Amino acid sequence: MADIVLSARHLTKRFGGLIAVSDVSIDVHRDEIHAVIGPNGAGKSTLVNLLSGEITPGDGSVHLAGEDMTARSPDQRARAGLGRSYQKTTIFPDVSVFANARLAAQARSPKALRFFGDASRDPVINAHATAALSEAGIAAHADTPARHLSHGGQRQLEIAMVLATAPSILLLDEPLAGMGPAEAQDMIALVSRLRNGRGILLVEHDMDAVFALADRLTVMADGHVIATGTPAQVRADPAVRVAYLGEDCL
Amino acid sequence: MKASPALARALLAALLIAALLLPMIAPTYYLQFFAKAMLLAIVAASLNLVVGFGGMVSLCHGAFFGLAGYVLALASPSSSGASLWTSLPLALLVVAVAAALVGALALRTRGIYFIMATLAFGEMFFYFFHDTRVANGSDGIYIYFEPEIVIAGWRLVDLGNKTSFYYVALASLLLAIIVISTLVRSPFGAALMAARDNEQRARSLGFPVFRIRLTAFVLAAVLAGIAGYFSASQFGFVAPQTLGWHVSATLLIMVVLGGMKSVLGPVFGAFALLGLEEILKSNIEHWKLIEGVIVIALVFMLPGGLQHLAQLVFADRRAPAGQPGSGASSAGRQHHG
Repeated sequence: MADIVLSARHLTKRFGGLIAVSDVSIDVHRDEIHAVIGPNGAGKSTLVNLLSGEITPGDGSVHLAGEDMTARSPDQRARAGLGRSYQKTTIFPDVSVFANARLAAQARSPKALRFFGDASRDPVINAHATAALSEAGIAAHADTPARHLSHGGQRQLEIAMVLATAPSILLLDEPLAGMGPAEAQDMIALVSRLRNGRGILLVEHDMDAVFALADRLTVMADGHVIATGTPAQVRADPAVRVAYLGEDCL
Repeated sequence: MKASPALARALLAALLIAALLLPMIAPTYYLQFFAKAMLLAIVAASLNLVVGFGGMVSLCHGAFFGLAGYVLALASPSSSGASLWTSLPLALLVVAVAAALVGALALRTRGIYFIMATLAFGEMFFYFFHDTRVANGSDGIYIYFEPEIVIAGWRLVDLGNKTSFYYVALASLLLAIIVISTLVRSPFGAALMAARDNEQRARSLGFPVFRIRLTAFVLAAVLAGIAGYFSASQFGFVAPQTLGWHVSATLLIMVVLGGMKSVLGPVFGAFALLGLEEILKSNIEHWKLIEGVIVIALVFMLPGGLQHLAQLVFADRRAPAGQPGSGASSAGRQHHG
Protein backbone atom coordinates (compact mmCIF):
# COMPACT_ATOMS: atom_id res chain seq x y z
CA MET A 1 0.00 0.00 0.00
CA ALA A 2 1.22 3.48 -0.85
CA ASP A 3 2.31 5.92 1.86
CA ILE A 4 -0.36 7.84 3.69
CA VAL A 5 0.31 11.57 3.15
CA LEU A 6 -2.79 12.88 4.90
CA SER A 7 -4.65 11.24 7.72
CA ALA A 8 -7.65 12.63 9.58
CA ARG A 9 -9.14 10.86 12.58
CA HIS A 10 -12.57 11.36 14.16
CA LEU A 11 -12.97 14.93 12.96
CA THR A 12 -16.04 16.62 14.40
CA LYS A 13 -17.24 20.17 13.92
CA ARG A 14 -20.39 21.77 15.25
CA PHE A 15 -21.79 25.14 14.23
CA GLY A 16 -24.17 25.97 17.06
CA GLY A 17 -26.64 23.10 17.16
CA LEU A 18 -25.72 21.81 13.72
CA ILE A 19 -23.17 19.02 13.45
CA ALA A 20 -21.53 19.82 10.12
CA VAL A 21 -18.92 17.06 10.32
CA SER A 22 -19.28 14.13 12.67
CA ASP A 23 -16.57 11.60 13.47
CA VAL A 24 -15.02 11.63 10.00
CA SER A 25 -11.82 9.67 9.45
CA ILE A 26 -10.12 9.70 6.08
CA ASP A 27 -6.73 8.75 4.63
CA VAL A 28 -5.14 10.03 1.43
CA HIS A 29 -2.35 7.95 -0.09
CA ARG A 30 0.48 9.07 -2.30
CA ASP A 31 -0.17 8.63 -6.04
CA GLU A 32 -3.89 8.34 -5.40
CA ILE A 33 -6.99 10.45 -5.82
CA HIS A 34 -9.38 10.10 -2.93
CA ALA A 35 -12.70 11.67 -3.88
CA VAL A 36 -15.27 12.85 -1.36
CA ILE A 37 -18.83 12.99 -2.60
CA GLY A 38 -22.19 13.58 -1.04
CA PRO A 39 -25.35 15.61 -1.42
CA ASN A 40 -25.37 19.35 -0.72
CA GLY A 41 -24.93 20.02 2.97
CA ALA A 42 -23.16 16.72 3.56
CA GLY A 43 -20.20 18.51 5.14
CA LYS A 44 -17.66 18.22 2.31
CA SER A 45 -16.60 21.84 2.32
CA THR A 46 -16.36 21.88 6.10
CA LEU A 47 -14.17 18.79 5.87
CA VAL A 48 -11.83 20.50 3.41
CA ASN A 49 -11.65 23.57 5.66
CA LEU A 50 -10.89 21.37 8.66
CA LEU A 51 -8.08 19.66 6.75
CA SER A 52 -6.60 22.95 5.49
CA GLY A 53 -6.84 24.55 8.93
CA GLU A 54 -9.27 27.33 8.07
CA ILE A 55 -11.65 25.85 10.63
CA THR A 56 -10.49 24.24 13.86
CA PRO A 57 -12.20 20.97 14.77
CA GLY A 58 -14.13 20.48 17.97
CA ASP A 59 -12.70 17.01 18.12
CA GLY A 60 -10.32 14.77 16.20
CA SER A 61 -6.91 15.15 14.61
CA VAL A 62 -5.18 15.86 11.30
CA HIS A 63 -1.77 14.41 10.43
CA LEU A 64 0.36 15.36 7.44
CA ALA A 65 3.04 12.81 6.55
CA GLY A 66 2.80 11.49 10.11
CA GLU A 67 3.11 14.88 11.78
CA ASP A 68 0.27 16.19 13.96
CA MET A 69 -1.11 19.36 12.36
CA THR A 70 -4.34 19.68 14.34
CA ALA A 71 -3.28 22.86 16.13
CA ARG A 72 -1.44 24.37 13.16
CA SER A 73 -2.62 27.39 11.18
CA PRO A 74 -3.42 27.26 7.44
CA ASP A 75 -0.10 28.86 6.52
CA GLN A 76 1.86 26.41 8.67
CA ARG A 77 0.04 23.52 7.01
CA ALA A 78 0.76 25.03 3.59
CA ARG A 79 4.46 25.26 4.40
CA ALA A 80 4.32 21.63 5.57
CA GLY A 81 3.20 20.61 2.08
CA LEU A 82 -0.56 20.95 2.02
CA GLY A 83 -1.92 22.86 -0.96
CA ARG A 84 -5.58 23.68 -1.49
CA SER A 85 -7.68 25.12 -4.26
CA TYR A 86 -10.97 26.88 -3.73
CA GLN A 87 -14.41 26.16 -5.08
CA LYS A 88 -14.74 29.86 -5.80
CA THR A 89 -11.75 31.03 -7.81
CA THR A 90 -9.36 32.98 -5.57
CA ILE A 91 -6.62 34.35 -7.76
CA PHE A 92 -5.08 37.81 -7.80
CA PRO A 93 -7.01 39.31 -10.74
CA ASP A 94 -5.02 42.51 -11.24
CA VAL A 95 -1.64 40.98 -11.95
CA SER A 96 -0.44 38.62 -14.66
CA VAL A 97 -0.91 34.87 -14.64
CA PHE A 98 2.82 34.52 -14.12
CA ALA A 99 2.80 36.94 -11.16
CA ASN A 100 0.11 34.80 -9.53
CA ALA A 101 2.22 31.66 -9.88
CA ARG A 102 5.36 33.55 -8.86
CA LEU A 103 3.74 34.68 -5.64
CA ALA A 104 2.70 31.12 -4.87
CA ALA A 105 6.22 29.84 -5.52
CA GLN A 106 7.64 32.60 -3.31
CA ALA A 107 5.52 31.38 -0.40
CA ARG A 108 7.47 28.10 -0.24
CA SER A 109 10.87 29.66 -0.86
CA PRO A 110 13.36 30.11 1.99
CA LYS A 111 13.46 33.75 0.85
CA ALA A 112 9.68 34.12 1.14
CA LEU A 113 9.83 37.14 3.44
CA ARG A 114 13.16 38.77 2.64
CA PHE A 115 13.26 42.55 3.07
CA PHE A 116 15.55 43.23 0.13
CA GLY A 117 16.04 42.11 -3.44
CA ASP A 118 13.54 42.33 -6.27
CA ALA A 119 10.72 39.87 -5.61
CA SER A 120 10.07 39.44 -9.32
CA ARG A 121 13.65 38.53 -10.26
CA ASP A 122 14.52 35.47 -8.21
CA PRO A 123 15.54 32.84 -10.77
CA VAL A 124 14.68 29.84 -8.56
CA ILE A 125 11.22 31.16 -7.66
CA ASN A 126 10.55 32.12 -11.27
CA ALA A 127 11.58 28.65 -12.45
CA HIS A 128 9.12 27.04 -10.00
CA ALA A 129 6.38 29.38 -11.21
CA THR A 130 7.07 28.55 -14.86
CA ALA A 131 7.09 24.83 -14.13
CA ALA A 132 3.76 25.08 -12.30
CA LEU A 133 2.15 27.00 -15.17
CA SER A 134 3.41 24.38 -17.62
CA GLU A 135 2.12 21.51 -15.52
CA ALA A 136 -1.30 23.18 -15.30
CA GLY A 137 -1.27 23.81 -19.04
CA ILE A 138 -1.46 27.62 -19.03
CA ALA A 139 2.16 28.56 -19.66
CA ALA A 140 1.05 30.13 -22.95
CA HIS A 141 -0.97 32.71 -21.01
CA ALA A 142 1.81 33.67 -18.58
CA ASP A 143 1.71 37.36 -19.48
CA THR A 144 -2.06 37.69 -19.61
CA PRO A 145 -3.67 39.64 -16.77
CA ALA A 146 -5.34 36.98 -14.64
CA ARG A 147 -8.73 38.68 -14.87
CA HIS A 148 -8.69 38.33 -18.65
CA LEU A 149 -8.45 34.54 -18.52
CA SER A 150 -11.52 32.50 -19.40
CA HIS A 151 -13.31 30.82 -16.51
CA GLY A 152 -11.60 27.55 -17.36
CA GLY A 153 -8.25 29.33 -17.55
CA GLN A 154 -8.79 30.83 -14.11
CA ARG A 155 -9.59 27.39 -12.74
CA GLN A 156 -6.31 26.14 -14.25
CA LEU A 157 -4.47 29.06 -12.68
CA GLU A 158 -6.05 28.17 -9.36
CA ILE A 159 -4.42 24.73 -9.73
CA ALA A 160 -1.13 26.19 -10.99
CA MET A 161 -0.85 28.39 -7.89
CA VAL A 162 -1.28 25.36 -5.66
CA LEU A 163 1.32 23.43 -7.68
CA ALA A 164 3.79 26.30 -7.42
CA THR A 165 3.86 25.80 -3.65
CA ALA A 166 5.31 22.29 -4.28
CA PRO A 167 2.67 20.45 -2.24
CA SER A 168 2.80 16.77 -1.32
CA ILE A 169 -0.95 16.73 -0.77
CA LEU A 170 -3.57 18.61 -2.76
CA LEU A 171 -7.06 19.46 -1.55
CA LEU A 172 -9.09 20.26 -4.64
CA ASP A 173 -12.46 21.77 -3.84
CA GLU A 174 -14.70 21.33 -6.90
CA PRO A 175 -12.10 22.05 -9.58
CA LEU A 176 -14.80 21.57 -12.26
CA ALA A 177 -17.21 24.12 -10.78
CA GLY A 178 -18.90 26.16 -13.49
CA MET A 179 -17.03 24.53 -16.41
CA GLY A 180 -18.42 23.61 -19.79
CA PRO A 181 -18.01 20.02 -21.06
CA ALA A 182 -14.86 20.70 -23.11
CA GLU A 183 -13.13 22.61 -20.31
CA ALA A 184 -14.19 19.89 -17.89
CA GLN A 185 -12.51 17.20 -20.01
CA ASP A 186 -9.25 19.14 -19.96
CA MET A 187 -9.47 19.61 -16.20
CA ILE A 188 -10.18 15.91 -15.66
CA ALA A 189 -7.07 15.04 -17.67
CA LEU A 190 -5.04 17.59 -15.69
CA VAL A 191 -6.20 16.37 -12.27
CA SER A 192 -5.55 12.80 -13.34
CA ARG A 193 -1.90 13.65 -14.12
CA LEU A 194 -1.41 15.50 -10.84
CA ARG A 195 -1.61 12.38 -8.68
CA ASN A 196 1.87 11.25 -9.70
CA GLY A 197 4.06 11.73 -6.65
CA ARG A 198 1.32 13.46 -4.67
CA GLY A 199 -1.82 12.59 -2.78
CA ILE A 200 -5.07 14.25 -3.82
CA LEU A 201 -8.29 14.76 -1.93
CA LEU A 202 -10.94 15.72 -4.46
CA VAL A 203 -14.35 17.15 -3.65
CA GLU A 204 -16.49 17.17 -6.77
CA HIS A 205 -20.16 17.19 -7.75
CA ASP A 206 -19.64 15.92 -11.29
CA MET A 207 -20.15 12.16 -10.85
CA ASP A 208 -18.72 11.28 -14.27
CA ALA A 209 -15.53 13.09 -13.33
CA VAL A 210 -15.41 11.46 -9.91
CA PHE A 211 -15.77 7.96 -11.28
CA ALA A 212 -13.24 8.71 -14.02
CA LEU A 213 -10.65 9.99 -11.55
CA ALA A 214 -11.06 8.43 -8.12
CA ASP A 215 -8.88 5.61 -6.88
CA ARG A 216 -10.83 5.68 -3.63
CA LEU A 217 -14.17 7.18 -2.67
CA THR A 218 -15.71 8.41 0.52
CA VAL A 219 -19.41 9.22 0.59
CA MET A 220 -20.72 11.70 3.14
CA ALA A 221 -24.27 12.51 4.17
CA ASP A 222 -25.41 14.75 7.03
CA GLY A 223 -21.83 15.14 8.24
CA HIS A 224 -21.20 11.40 8.47
CA VAL A 225 -19.17 9.03 6.35
CA ILE A 226 -21.69 6.52 5.07
CA ALA A 227 -19.40 4.54 2.79
CA THR A 228 -15.78 4.36 1.77
CA GLY A 229 -13.92 2.12 -0.66
CA THR A 230 -13.12 1.70 -4.33
CA PRO A 231 -15.56 3.24 -6.81
CA ALA A 232 -16.98 -0.19 -7.59
CA GLN A 233 -17.59 -0.97 -3.93
CA VAL A 234 -19.24 2.38 -3.31
CA ARG A 235 -21.46 2.08 -6.36
CA ALA A 236 -22.82 -1.18 -5.01
CA ASP A 237 -23.38 0.14 -1.49
CA PRO A 238 -27.08 0.28 -0.55
CA ALA A 239 -26.55 3.15 1.95
CA VAL A 240 -25.17 5.31 -0.84
CA ARG A 241 -28.23 4.67 -2.96
CA VAL A 242 -30.46 5.76 -0.11
CA ALA A 243 -28.49 8.97 0.42
CA TYR A 244 -28.44 9.89 -3.24
CA LEU A 245 -31.71 8.57 -4.56
CA GLY A 246 -33.97 8.54 -1.53
CA GLU A 247 -35.36 5.53 0.30
CA ASP A 248 -38.32 5.12 -2.03
CA CYS A 249 -36.10 3.87 -4.77
CA LEU A 250 -34.98 0.82 -2.87
CA MET B 1 -1.71 54.30 -18.18
CA LYS B 2 1.78 54.21 -16.84
CA ALA B 3 3.93 57.19 -16.06
CA SER B 4 6.81 57.61 -18.44
CA PRO B 5 9.78 56.53 -16.31
CA ALA B 6 12.37 58.72 -18.03
CA LEU B 7 10.44 61.97 -17.66
CA ALA B 8 9.34 61.18 -14.11
CA ARG B 9 12.90 60.30 -13.15
CA ALA B 10 14.27 63.52 -14.64
CA LEU B 11 11.69 65.50 -12.71
CA LEU B 12 12.51 63.74 -9.45
CA ALA B 13 16.23 64.38 -10.02
CA ALA B 14 15.47 68.08 -10.58
CA LEU B 15 13.43 68.14 -7.38
CA LEU B 16 16.28 66.54 -5.47
CA ILE B 17 18.78 69.07 -6.78
CA ALA B 18 16.40 71.89 -5.91
CA ALA B 19 16.05 70.43 -2.40
CA LEU B 20 19.83 70.27 -2.03
CA LEU B 21 20.29 73.86 -3.19
CA LEU B 22 17.34 75.37 -1.32
CA PRO B 23 19.34 76.50 1.77
CA MET B 24 21.40 78.78 -0.47
CA ILE B 25 18.42 80.82 -1.57
CA ALA B 26 15.58 80.32 0.87
CA PRO B 27 15.13 82.37 4.04
CA THR B 28 15.37 80.52 7.36
CA TYR B 29 11.61 80.53 7.79
CA TYR B 30 11.15 78.46 4.66
CA LEU B 31 14.00 76.15 5.56
CA GLN B 32 12.21 75.42 8.80
CA PHE B 33 8.94 74.94 6.98
CA PHE B 34 10.45 72.50 4.49
CA ALA B 35 12.29 70.61 7.23
CA LYS B 36 8.98 70.20 9.07
CA ALA B 37 7.24 69.13 5.86
CA MET B 38 9.95 66.59 5.04
CA LEU B 39 9.67 65.05 8.49
CA LEU B 40 5.88 64.78 8.16
CA ALA B 41 6.38 63.36 4.67
CA ILE B 42 8.38 60.54 6.27
CA VAL B 43 5.46 59.83 8.61
CA ALA B 44 2.93 59.90 5.76
CA ALA B 45 5.07 57.64 3.57
CA SER B 46 5.55 55.18 6.44
CA LEU B 47 1.82 55.22 7.17
CA ASN B 48 1.22 54.30 3.54
CA LEU B 49 3.25 51.12 4.05
CA VAL B 50 0.49 50.12 6.46
CA VAL B 51 -2.53 51.70 4.71
CA GLY B 52 -1.74 51.51 0.99
CA PHE B 53 0.51 48.48 0.73
CA GLY B 54 -0.79 46.65 3.79
CA GLY B 55 -4.49 47.51 3.44
CA MET B 56 -4.76 48.36 7.15
CA VAL B 57 -6.20 51.79 7.96
CA SER B 58 -4.46 52.77 11.18
CA LEU B 59 -5.45 55.73 13.35
CA CYS B 60 -2.55 55.15 15.73
CA HIS B 61 0.33 56.30 13.55
CA GLY B 62 0.46 59.81 15.01
CA ALA B 63 0.94 58.26 18.44
CA PHE B 64 4.19 56.60 17.35
CA PHE B 65 5.36 59.91 15.87
CA GLY B 66 4.62 61.75 19.11
CA LEU B 67 5.90 58.99 21.37
CA ALA B 68 9.41 59.23 19.91
CA GLY B 69 9.40 62.96 20.69
CA TYR B 70 8.34 62.25 24.25
CA VAL B 71 11.18 59.76 24.68
CA LEU B 72 13.64 62.42 23.51
CA ALA B 73 12.13 64.97 25.91
CA LEU B 74 12.29 62.57 28.84
CA ALA B 75 15.81 61.40 27.93
CA SER B 76 17.19 64.94 27.64
CA PRO B 77 19.22 66.18 30.62
CA SER B 78 18.08 69.57 31.94
CA SER B 79 21.35 71.40 31.30
CA SER B 80 22.58 69.94 28.01
CA GLY B 81 21.44 68.07 24.90
CA ALA B 82 20.92 64.32 24.94
CA SER B 83 23.38 62.26 22.91
CA LEU B 84 21.75 61.23 19.66
CA TRP B 85 23.67 57.94 19.75
CA THR B 86 21.74 56.81 22.80
CA SER B 87 18.51 58.81 22.72
CA LEU B 88 17.55 58.02 19.10
CA PRO B 89 17.95 54.22 19.47
CA LEU B 90 16.10 54.44 22.79
CA ALA B 91 13.23 56.37 21.19
CA LEU B 92 13.01 53.90 18.30
CA LEU B 93 13.13 50.95 20.68
CA VAL B 94 10.29 52.35 22.76
CA VAL B 95 8.25 53.03 19.61
CA ALA B 96 8.95 49.54 18.25
CA VAL B 97 7.85 47.89 21.51
CA ALA B 98 4.73 50.07 21.66
CA ALA B 99 3.88 49.31 18.02
CA ALA B 100 4.46 45.59 18.55
CA LEU B 101 2.04 45.59 21.50
CA VAL B 102 -0.60 47.67 19.72
CA GLY B 103 -0.20 45.70 16.50
CA ALA B 104 -0.30 42.31 18.19
CA LEU B 105 -3.70 43.17 19.66
CA ALA B 106 -5.21 45.38 16.94
CA LEU B 107 -4.20 43.06 14.06
CA ARG B 108 -6.54 40.42 15.43
CA THR B 109 -9.33 42.58 14.08
CA ARG B 110 -10.19 43.54 10.50
CA GLY B 111 -11.60 46.47 8.59
CA ILE B 112 -13.61 48.96 10.60
CA TYR B 113 -12.74 47.16 13.83
CA PHE B 114 -9.05 47.60 13.14
CA ILE B 115 -9.63 51.33 12.64
CA MET B 116 -11.53 51.51 15.94
CA ALA B 117 -8.89 49.48 17.80
CA THR B 118 -6.02 51.63 16.55
CA LEU B 119 -8.00 54.78 17.37
CA ALA B 120 -8.52 53.50 20.92
CA PHE B 121 -4.84 52.64 21.38
CA GLY B 122 -3.80 56.01 20.00
CA GLU B 123 -6.07 57.76 22.47
CA MET B 124 -4.61 55.67 25.28
CA PHE B 125 -1.20 57.18 24.50
CA PHE B 126 -2.77 60.63 24.40
CA TYR B 127 -4.46 60.28 27.77
CA PHE B 128 -1.44 58.62 29.31
CA PHE B 129 0.60 61.75 28.68
CA HIS B 130 -2.33 64.10 29.18
CA ASP B 131 -3.53 62.81 32.54
CA THR B 132 -0.33 61.69 34.28
CA ARG B 133 2.59 63.69 35.56
CA VAL B 134 5.08 61.47 33.72
CA ALA B 135 5.81 64.27 31.27
CA ASN B 136 4.16 67.34 32.75
CA GLY B 137 0.62 66.34 31.77
CA SER B 138 -1.34 68.56 29.43
CA ASP B 139 1.26 71.35 29.66
CA GLY B 140 3.79 69.30 27.72
CA ILE B 141 7.54 69.58 28.16
CA TYR B 142 10.26 71.66 26.60
CA ILE B 143 13.44 70.27 25.11
CA TYR B 144 15.82 73.14 25.84
CA PHE B 145 18.84 71.67 24.08
CA GLU B 146 18.89 69.84 20.76
CA PRO B 147 20.30 66.32 20.79
CA GLU B 148 24.04 66.29 20.19
CA ILE B 149 25.69 64.35 17.40
CA VAL B 150 29.23 64.05 18.65
CA ILE B 151 31.98 61.65 17.62
CA ALA B 152 35.13 61.55 19.79
CA GLY B 153 34.54 65.03 21.16
CA TRP B 154 33.91 66.51 17.69
CA ARG B 155 30.45 67.85 16.89
CA LEU B 156 29.43 66.17 13.65
CA VAL B 157 26.21 68.10 13.06
CA ASP B 158 24.66 70.97 14.99
CA LEU B 159 20.93 70.32 15.00
CA GLY B 160 20.41 73.86 16.31
CA ASN B 161 21.69 75.23 13.00
CA LYS B 162 18.67 75.60 10.68
CA THR B 163 20.62 74.65 7.56
CA SER B 164 22.20 71.59 9.17
CA PHE B 165 18.82 70.54 10.49
CA TYR B 166 17.30 70.95 7.05
CA TYR B 167 19.89 68.57 5.59
CA VAL B 168 19.33 66.06 8.38
CA ALA B 169 15.59 66.13 7.61
CA LEU B 170 16.28 65.76 3.89
CA ALA B 171 18.66 62.84 4.47
CA SER B 172 16.08 61.17 6.75
CA LEU B 173 13.39 61.56 4.10
CA LEU B 174 15.62 60.09 1.38
CA LEU B 175 16.55 57.21 3.67
CA ALA B 176 12.89 56.55 4.46
CA ILE B 177 11.95 56.60 0.77
CA ILE B 178 14.76 54.17 -0.06
CA VAL B 179 13.80 51.85 2.80
CA ILE B 180 10.09 51.85 1.87
CA SER B 181 10.78 51.40 -1.87
CA THR B 182 13.10 48.48 -1.12
CA LEU B 183 10.51 46.88 1.15
CA VAL B 184 7.72 47.30 -1.39
CA ARG B 185 9.77 45.67 -4.15
CA SER B 186 11.09 42.88 -1.93
CA PRO B 187 9.52 39.46 -1.37
CA PHE B 188 8.24 40.83 1.94
CA GLY B 189 6.41 43.61 0.09
CA ALA B 190 4.91 41.14 -2.38
CA ALA B 191 3.64 39.05 0.53
CA LEU B 192 2.25 42.12 2.30
CA MET B 193 0.30 43.15 -0.80
CA ALA B 194 -0.90 39.59 -1.36
CA ALA B 195 -2.31 39.57 2.17
CA ARG B 196 -4.02 42.87 1.41
CA ASP B 197 -5.52 41.68 -1.87
CA ASN B 198 -6.67 38.28 -0.65
CA GLU B 199 -5.90 37.33 2.91
CA GLN B 200 -7.39 33.85 2.71
CA ARG B 201 -5.43 32.95 -0.39
CA ALA B 202 -2.20 34.42 0.93
CA ARG B 203 -2.52 32.28 4.02
CA SER B 204 -3.38 29.11 2.16
CA LEU B 205 -0.30 29.62 -0.03
CA GLY B 206 1.77 29.58 3.16
CA PHE B 207 2.28 33.25 4.01
CA PRO B 208 2.11 33.95 7.76
CA VAL B 209 -0.23 36.91 7.30
CA PHE B 210 -0.36 38.04 10.92
CA ARG B 211 3.43 38.09 11.27
CA ILE B 212 3.84 39.94 7.96
CA ARG B 213 1.33 42.62 8.93
CA LEU B 214 2.79 43.03 12.39
CA THR B 215 6.27 43.43 10.92
CA ALA B 216 5.05 46.11 8.50
CA PHE B 217 3.18 47.85 11.31
CA VAL B 218 6.28 47.97 13.53
CA LEU B 219 8.65 49.01 10.72
CA ALA B 220 6.32 51.84 9.74
CA ALA B 221 6.08 52.96 13.37
CA VAL B 222 9.88 53.02 13.67
CA LEU B 223 10.15 55.21 10.56
CA ALA B 224 7.51 57.52 12.03
CA GLY B 225 9.57 57.49 15.23
CA ILE B 226 12.64 58.80 13.42
CA ALA B 227 10.59 61.73 12.13
CA GLY B 228 8.97 62.27 15.54
CA TYR B 229 12.36 62.38 17.23
CA PHE B 230 13.72 65.07 14.91
CA SER B 231 10.42 66.93 14.86
CA ALA B 232 10.48 67.23 18.65
CA SER B 233 14.07 68.41 18.41
CA GLN B 234 13.08 71.04 15.83
CA PHE B 235 10.27 72.55 17.89
CA GLY B 236 11.87 71.99 21.29
CA PHE B 237 8.52 71.06 22.73
CA VAL B 238 6.23 68.07 23.00
CA ALA B 239 2.66 68.01 24.26
CA PRO B 240 -0.14 65.42 24.22
CA GLN B 241 -1.51 67.04 21.03
CA THR B 242 1.59 65.78 19.16
CA LEU B 243 0.26 62.23 19.48
CA GLY B 244 -3.49 62.70 19.41
CA TRP B 245 -5.83 61.15 16.89
CA HIS B 246 -6.07 64.33 14.81
CA VAL B 247 -2.37 63.92 13.97
CA SER B 248 -3.15 60.42 12.71
CA ALA B 249 -6.14 61.75 10.78
CA THR B 250 -4.05 64.50 9.16
CA LEU B 251 -1.50 61.86 8.15
CA LEU B 252 -4.26 59.78 6.58
CA ILE B 253 -5.41 62.82 4.59
CA MET B 254 -1.83 63.27 3.32
CA VAL B 255 -1.78 59.63 2.25
CA VAL B 256 -5.15 59.76 0.50
CA LEU B 257 -4.42 63.14 -1.05
CA GLY B 258 -1.06 61.99 -2.39
CA GLY B 259 -2.20 58.57 -3.53
CA MET B 260 -1.90 55.20 -1.85
CA LYS B 261 -0.54 53.28 -4.82
CA SER B 262 2.99 54.59 -4.76
CA VAL B 263 5.79 55.22 -2.31
CA LEU B 264 6.16 58.87 -3.30
CA GLY B 265 2.44 59.74 -3.41
CA PRO B 266 2.11 60.42 0.34
CA VAL B 267 5.34 62.43 0.29
CA PHE B 268 3.77 64.81 -2.21
CA GLY B 269 0.51 64.60 -0.29
CA ALA B 270 2.30 65.86 2.83
CA PHE B 271 3.92 68.74 0.95
CA ALA B 272 0.65 69.63 -0.76
CA LEU B 273 -1.40 69.70 2.45
CA LEU B 274 1.19 71.60 4.47
CA GLY B 275 1.86 74.00 1.59
CA LEU B 276 -1.84 74.62 1.21
CA GLU B 277 -2.17 75.31 4.93
CA GLU B 278 0.78 77.65 4.84
CA ILE B 279 -0.66 79.70 1.98
CA LEU B 280 -4.21 79.81 3.35
CA LYS B 281 -3.16 80.52 6.92
CA SER B 282 -1.39 83.73 6.03
CA ASN B 283 -4.12 85.03 3.71
CA ILE B 284 -7.50 83.92 4.98
CA GLU B 285 -9.10 84.13 8.38
CA HIS B 286 -11.24 80.98 8.29
CA TRP B 287 -8.60 79.05 6.41
CA LYS B 288 -9.48 75.62 7.78
CA LEU B 289 -12.87 75.84 6.10
CA ILE B 290 -11.33 76.67 2.72
CA GLU B 291 -8.70 73.97 3.21
CA GLY B 292 -11.41 71.40 3.81
CA VAL B 293 -13.28 72.39 0.65
CA ILE B 294 -10.10 72.23 -1.43
CA VAL B 295 -9.13 68.82 -0.06
CA ILE B 296 -12.62 67.46 -0.74
CA ALA B 297 -12.56 68.87 -4.26
CA LEU B 298 -9.13 67.35 -4.94
CA VAL B 299 -10.20 63.95 -3.69
CA PHE B 300 -13.29 64.08 -5.94
CA MET B 301 -11.38 65.22 -9.01
CA LEU B 302 -8.38 62.93 -8.46
CA PRO B 303 -9.64 59.70 -6.96
CA GLY B 304 -6.14 58.24 -7.21
CA GLY B 305 -4.64 61.20 -5.36
CA LEU B 306 -1.95 63.55 -6.67
CA GLN B 307 -0.21 60.46 -8.01
CA HIS B 308 -3.13 60.26 -10.42
CA LEU B 309 -2.35 63.79 -11.61
CA ALA B 310 1.27 62.84 -12.20
CA GLN B 311 0.12 59.87 -14.26
CA LEU B 312 -2.12 62.08 -16.39
CA VAL B 313 0.67 64.56 -16.97
CA PHE B 314 3.44 62.06 -17.64
CA ALA B 315 1.32 59.50 -19.43
CA ASP B 316 3.50 57.24 -21.53
CA ARG B 317 1.64 57.19 -24.83
CA ARG B 318 3.57 54.22 -26.10
CA ALA B 319 2.10 52.00 -23.41
CA PRO B 320 -1.22 50.43 -24.38
CA ALA B 321 -4.17 51.80 -22.44
CA GLY B 322 -5.90 49.71 -19.84
CA GLN B 323 -2.83 47.93 -18.56
CA PRO B 324 -3.37 46.38 -15.17
CA GLY B 325 -1.89 47.89 -12.06
CA SER B 326 1.43 46.66 -10.76
CA GLY B 327 -0.21 44.69 -8.00
CA ALA B 328 -0.25 47.77 -5.83
CA SER B 329 -3.92 48.06 -6.43
CA SER B 330 -6.72 49.59 -4.44
CA ALA B 331 -6.46 48.95 -0.75
CA GLY B 332 -10.18 49.08 -0.30
CA ARG B 333 -11.00 46.31 -2.75
CA GLN B 334 -12.84 43.48 -1.12
CA HIS B 335 -11.53 39.99 -0.99
CA HIS B 336 -12.97 36.95 -2.68
CA GLY B 337 -14.09 33.73 -1.03
